[in-house]
Amino acid sequence: MTVTWYVVLSAVLFAIGAGGVLIRRSPLVILLCLELMLNAGNLALVAFSRAHGNAEGQVFALIVMVVAACEVVVGLGLIVAMYRRRLTLNVDDMRSLKG
Amino acid sequence: MIYVAFFAGAIGAVGGAIAVIAMRNPFYSVLALVIHLVALAGLFLLLYAQFIAAAQIVVYAGAVMVLYVFVAAYVGAVEEPLWEPIPGQRFLAPMLAAALLVELAIAILGTGLSAIDSGGPTLPGGFGTPNQIGHLLLEQFLVVFEAASMLLLVAAVGAVTLAARSRKRDEPDRARETPA
Amino acid sequence: MSPTAWGWLVLGFPLAGFLVNAFGWRVMRGRTAGWIATIAIGLAFVCAIGATVSLLGHSESDREVTSSLWTYASAAGLDIKIGILVDPLSAFMILVVSGVSTLIHLYSVAYLDSDRGYSRYFAYLNFFVFSMLLLVLAGNFVLLIMGWAFVGFASYALISFWYRRETATKAGMKAFVINVIGDVGLVLATFFIFRELGSFDYLTVFREVPQHFSTNSGVLIAICLLLLVGAFAKSAQLPLHTWLPDAMEGPTPVSALIHAATMVTAGVYLIARMYVLFEQAPTAADISAFIGLATLIFAATCALAVTDLKRIIAYSTISQIGYMIVGVSIGAYAAGMFQLMTHAFFKALLFMAAGSVISAMAGTQDINRMGGLRKAMPITSKLMIIGALALAAFPFMSGFFSKDEILGYAIHRGGFYVIFAIGGYFAALLTAFYAFRIIFRVFWGKPVPEAQELEHGHLAHAPPENPLTGEEEDTDVGFPGEEHHIAERDRPMWLAMSVLGFLSIFGGVVEIPGLDNVVENFLAGSFLDSKLYENLPTVAADWGGLALGGLISIVGISLAYFAYVRRPGTTAALIRRFGPLYKLFVNKWYFDELYDAVIYRPLLAVGRFCNDVVERVVVQGIVAAAVDVVRGVGVVVRGAQSGFVRAYALLLIGGFAALGLYFLIAAH
Repeated sequence: MTVTWYVVLSAVLFAIGAGGVLIRRSPLVILLCLELMLNAGNLALVAFSRAHGNAEGQVFALIVMVVAACEVVVGLGLIVAMYRRRLTLNVDDMRSLKG
Repeated sequence: MIYVAFFAGAIGAVGGAIAVIAMRNPFYSVLALVIHLVALAGLFLLLYAQFIAAAQIVVYAGAVMVLYVFVAAYVGAVEEPLWEPIPGQRFLAPMLAAALLVELAIAILGTGLSAIDSGGPTLPGGFGTPNQIGHLLLEQFLVVFEAASMLLLVAAVGAVTLAARSRKRDEPDRARETPA
Repeated sequence: MSPTAWGWLVLGFPLAGFLVNAFGWRVMRGRTAGWIATIAIGLAFVCAIGATVSLLGHSESDREVTSSLWTYASAAGLDIKIGILVDPLSAFMILVVSGVSTLIHLYSVAYLDSDRGYSRYFAYLNFFVFSMLLLVLAGNFVLLIMGWAFVGFASYALISFWYRRETATKAGMKAFVINVIGDVGLVLATFFIFRELGSFDYLTVFREVPQHFSTNSGVLIAICLLLLVGAFAKSAQLPLHTWLPDAMEGPTPVSALIHAATMVTAGVYLIARMYVLFEQAPTAADISAFIGLATLIFAATCALAVTDLKRIIAYSTISQIGYMIVGVSIGAYAAGMFQLMTHAFFKALLFMAAGSVISAMAGTQDINRMGGLRKAMPITSKLMIIGALALAAFPFMSGFFSKDEILGYAIHRGGFYVIFAIGGYFAALLTAFYAFRIIFRVFWGKPVPEAQELEHGHLAHAPPENPLTGEEEDTDVGFPGEEHHIAERDRPMWLAMSVLGFLSIFGGVVEIPGLDNVVENFLAGSFLDSKLYENLPTVAADWGGLALGGLISIVGISLAYFAYVRRPGTTAALIRRFGPLYKLFVNKWYFDELYDAVIYRPLLAVGRFCNDVVERVVVQGIVAAAVDVVRGVGVVVRGAQSGFVRAYALLLIGGFAALGLYFLIAAH
């Protein structure tokens, strides 16, 4: 059981997450897919940490978790605010950046 | 034995991931992600990252996902229309994701990185224990630790600001039918 | 004071007059501007006399005095100074120029009274005299070119002085364009001289030419031909003569000054000044002489047929300058310059008298409408007859001594130069004829209504109109004033004309063969290195030539008398008999039409083609195409700004995938 397996798994999870971000239209689900990608990265970090025998990778993964948590907090706050103002929860309808 | 554990975790993770992106009901997506996170925690255990695994369950699956659940309940189900306004997105997205996967796979498998070819070195005792992680956090990575706490503070303040009910501007929840 | 100090003063007074008139025109009332200008030129004349006297104080071989005010440019091998050269030739020229100019200014003071542009006229006139003096006094080629160009501008300003007349502005433009052609020749010649000899200074160049160039070397002939282009443009010789008859659109004193006495003689002066170059390249000098010969015959034939009074005199000028060009080209420098002087006198007089006549005729210039003015205008008629006699080289008038001296020299040089003498005598016959054609036509015969009115004491008036086309005008700024001034009534006019009349009769006294050779001896100081200067005919041969000339002139005058007074129908009969020839002469040998067809129209077509095809299609097309390309790119790029967040995310991941692909390939 080499470390390669874990890293390939992390790549698979990352790709799935990326596809999800592109496909889904609800902001909530897009955030979830973002979580997928972050966790894939975490997995890769921990795998490499095991490969080198260096625990610093795990600390890195911990911090990533912290950042993910913060990002989730802000993102969900946005979604709640959007819902409160009766905006549609559809990413495609927010086109102010057009042009 | 280790293979069984690995594959169980892997299938759980991949299955959960696919379920997240495939489910129509966002509530089910959230639940799928919880399963995914637990599977990942199992994988972390296999990699001698006990503390991380625990943190994953407690913080990620325990706190963050609960947050998601609350918001999903609050927001309710969203009807995603069938028609795709962006031309080509439906076709290109999976293709690009697959391309990304292929590239990463080639990179990983074709690489000459010797470190990942093996199972890894013999680890010292106490590798991945909270003891070691704690030492690292407070000795080597103190600045990072403090910065992370600052970040958490900022995020908390931001969340409160974002979700606060403004006194005049907000319409009552049921006032308007049409979305803005 | 040294000659050059006088020389600077000679330049300074007209310049000062110009500036005062140009900037102070608002505060001047009446004739003040005129008197200021006249006094300025008068002072210049006095200083010219001073310069001459001071020059005579030098020994004969030391009469080339230079002086420079400051260095204009001194870099990269160039060394150009603002410097003048006072030597007998330039002293002679400034005397003639400033003297005749003073008289013409005096005449103009009265002639242009009531014109709304009075001060502007005198400012221009003073500027012209300044430029001409600068041209003559220049001590190096650069200053010569400066004076040349200024004179061209002043000529343009004065020809189109009545600027609201379209014919006048067109004539001004024509004169200026042909002048510029001459300028190009002059500048190119200067460039070549600088390239060959490395200096612009006259004395240096004249010293170097015989050593640097072999006789008739190709480069030197080219330089001389380019100089000739300049000279012929300024002096209205073939083929660059078409501007002078049209230049009669300017006021009559302008015609007198610029197109009789001074500017058109600049070409003659140039050839005389550059005698060293021309003697070293005799081929070029011969070419110049032949063109002069052709011109003088051509112009004499045109003067026989043309009917506008001023234009007859203009063709006469072209013809007489042809004589001068022949003179200085074949080596008769003193004779040529002498002719320049006497011609200035009698031609200016003729123009002045013509101005008086035209005023009496209330603006008409067609001699077929004039007649019998002798009794009504005693002063004008007498003075004009004197001028015509001098022009016709009647025995013992000034023109007699000057013109025939050139022809005598031509005979003396022998070989093929005799052609010049034959042609010259033939044209002298024609000259005498047309000179008295004017006189008999205008002053003899039955008095026309205007003459009758004048005999009764009041000047004829007519509604203002363009003398050439007959279209109506008014008398406001840009047109002639409403008053007409004639010599009989205005003192400045008859004073100026009388002085010129006196000089026309007695001006020849200074160069009677065998008796005195004032001009020749004086000018010798400028022609010290000339091989041809001393080569003079004997006194007897001189008198022989003079006698022949006098005889021809009397014959010509008699023929004119016969044709116009005795048998008035003769000319009409001749015109009927020689119909085509007459048409050729009256249409000035169709030169204008030729230039129009060969030069003007093709250039216009080229210009139109360039505008339509090159400018509109090619240049604009390229610019428009560039704009369209940019705009197209913009349209394409704008398509990517859809506003869809997912599309942006797609691009993001797509870009990342592409980058990864690149690195994967690069790693292999």
